[in-house]
Amino acid sequence: MRCDVAEHSAYAYTGSRAFDPALPTVVFVHGAAHDHSVWALQSRYFAHHRRNVLAVDLPGHGRSGGGPLPSVEAIAEWLAALLDAARIEHAALVGHSLGALAVLEAAGRHPERVENIALLGPAVPMPVADALLDAAKANDHLAYELITGWSFAPGHQLGGNQQPGVWMIGNALRLMERSQPGALYADLVACHRYAGGLAAAGKVRCPALLILGQRDLMAPAKNAAALTAALAGCRVVTIPDCGHSLMAEVPDAVLDALRAFLRP
Amino acid sequence: MTKPKTTRFDTLALHAGARPDPATGARATPIYQSASFVFRDSDHAAALFNMERAGHVYSRISNPTCAVLEERISALEDGVGAIAVASGQAALHLAIVTLMGAGSHIVASRSLYGGSHNLLDFTLPRFGIETTFVDPRDLDAWRAALRPNTRLLFGETLGNPGLEVLDIPRVAGLAHEHGLPLLVDSTFTTPYLMRPFEHGADLVYHSATKFLSGHGVVIGGLLVDGGRFDWGEPGKSAGKFPTLTEPYAGFHDMVFVDESTTAAFLLRARREGIRDFGACMAPMTAFQILQGIETLPLRMQRHVENTRRIVAFLAAHEMVESVGYPELPQHPDRALATELLPRGCGAVFSFSIRGTREQGRKFIESLRIFSHLANVGDAKSLVIHPASTTHFRVSAEDLRAAGITEGTIRLSVGLEDAEDLIEDLSRALYAAGKA
Repeated sequence: MRCDVAEHSAYAYTGSRAFDPALPTVVFVHGAAHDHSVWALQSRYFAHHRRNVLAVDLPGHGRSGGGPLPSVEAIAEWLAALLDAARIEHAALVGHSLGALAVLEAAGRHPERVENIALLGPAVPMPVADALLDAAKANDHLAYELITGWSFAPGHQLGGNQQPGVWMIGNALRLMERSQPGALYADLVACHRYAGGLAAAGKVRCPALLILGQRDLMAPAKNAAALTAALAGCRVVTIPDCGHSLMAEVPDAVLDALRAFLRP
Repeated sequence: MTKPKTTRFDTLALHAGARPDPATGARATPIYQSASFVFRDSDHAAALFNMERAGHVYSRISNPTCAVLEERISALEDGVGAIAVASGQAALHLAIVTLMGAGSHIVASRSLYGGSHNLLDFTLPRFGIETTFVDPRDLDAWRAALRPNTRLLFGETLGNPGLEVLDIPRVAGLAHEHGLPLLVDSTFTTPYLMRPFEHGADLVYHSATKFLSGHGVVIGGLLVDGGRFDWGEPGKSAGKFPTLTEPYAGFHDMVFVDESTTAAFLLRARREGIRDFGACMAPMTAFQILQGIETLPLRMQRHVENTRRIVAFLAAHEMVESVGYPELPQHPDRALATELLPRGCGAVFSFSIRGTREQGRKFIESLRIFSHLANVGDAKSLVIHPASTTHFRVSAEDLRAAGITEGTIRLSVGLEDAEDLIEDLSRALYAAGKA
């Protein structure tokens, strides 16, 4: 699906389904230098189980126009504008990493429009290592290699994908290599500078789910402790032997957690 | 400086895609000799069928043992994924039918394995797919052969049997200039000697029967997706690959490039090609190929060492008219081989003996260690006469163009002691000289 958001064409994967105003909507938001396809299995499941799905490409990512947005707050406002453009009053928001921060911020800013939030691999704050920032700023391939090396749990560095025949490491590298120059750096800076996470959490009025990878090095599970405390009554699912690339490493466990949480 | 945490080639050859079996702790990859796999419940079944969950349904579509092999070759090639199929021929067929239908056109190197040539020249035209064959060294010929309906460029990393080194960077550059992918048969080189994706190729396949296995006991093929080609790039590839960019009625109107940014080709190949054409790999075969790949780096080193010694011996022998190995100074692709194949040019090469066809026959029949058969890439050394066997159906003109004469002998050098192999060749050449 395409619609114009903030003067640029935005793309969202819908699971090959037409939008049905009678159905609830789930919006999936990807992380740094990614696109909608990181949610392929989970978003397709909901699209075929009585939900509208919008797995978005953020501005400057995938097929969406414009440039990467400079801050988590800007992405949160873009998500609200996307709901306006798609004429969606309320939606559940699901985000990964940078996308999780944007979902959190959007739920704090627009509590009346957000029915549920699911945050995968969140950390508040989410500092980014200088070496990674420097490589991303230089558009150095090293940045993709560092992220890939840190994003998969040790057991998954050698594969063993639940999805037959797909090499997760190669897939992750190829996806980031397709991002436009500067996109990764902009995304990482947005993560690094975001300071409003706990304040946003205090304003959230909807049910919240955190899905954490026990072996996450990019956003260690322990760094979600303050967020967990600030999100009153939130559910936390910690997945063992899993890193930061949760949707790829443990697609079924992620789907099961989302299904249990978003069940009508 | 912070370094990325990457796993190196030799380690990937042993471990990629595999982990100790969670059910039994078995360290070796188990052979999941099962046609089908039990669903947890009805919702799980439906989700697996509709690509909403990851997992196995039926071993024609995917199988856990085959999946380990698919990940392993993908890791070694630096691709995004692979499909294990019944043979190298099945891999070539799957690549083609995933990308195109009747009315399409391929530009291919004329220096191909005879079986590939048969498929392209004689069989596919019956299904409306035509091929123009070109000199792989002539970039202008590749360019001139392009048509509006061309959908694929195809060659072998090392031509068969002349060992023309495919100039992958330049041929891929031409292909990409026209919004087309380059498919490469990498059987002769394996990822140990060259990784074609690093030079610009988009799809790679192997006859896994050969060096990847090394033991010569199974038939299998592997088709690998590099994940870099943009199947819908405006002004380039857009509109050329509707199998990947348009809704597919055979799978709930799925648009494969929407489902996967990087592996749309692979998805379609599995969801249609393997499903409908059915040339899948047996799990026992996958297990045996995995055993071979574990020692691929060690074997390829020895293959190349032995080959270099034999090439040197033959090049200096009075009964030998010519030796075609890209590392030799007189080979036209020597510079390219140095650039693309620094670890060696493989262990299959051809040479021509002086004398009559009868002397050639005497040579082959006098060999004791080299086995006379139609295969390459075995741990054991092999020999064949291409003009009367592998290239039997190729016209005399095409044979000449491919550098094959009546006296051409093809060797596949194995892992035996090089001195024994040289003695065997020396004895047979002496016998040929006396015939």
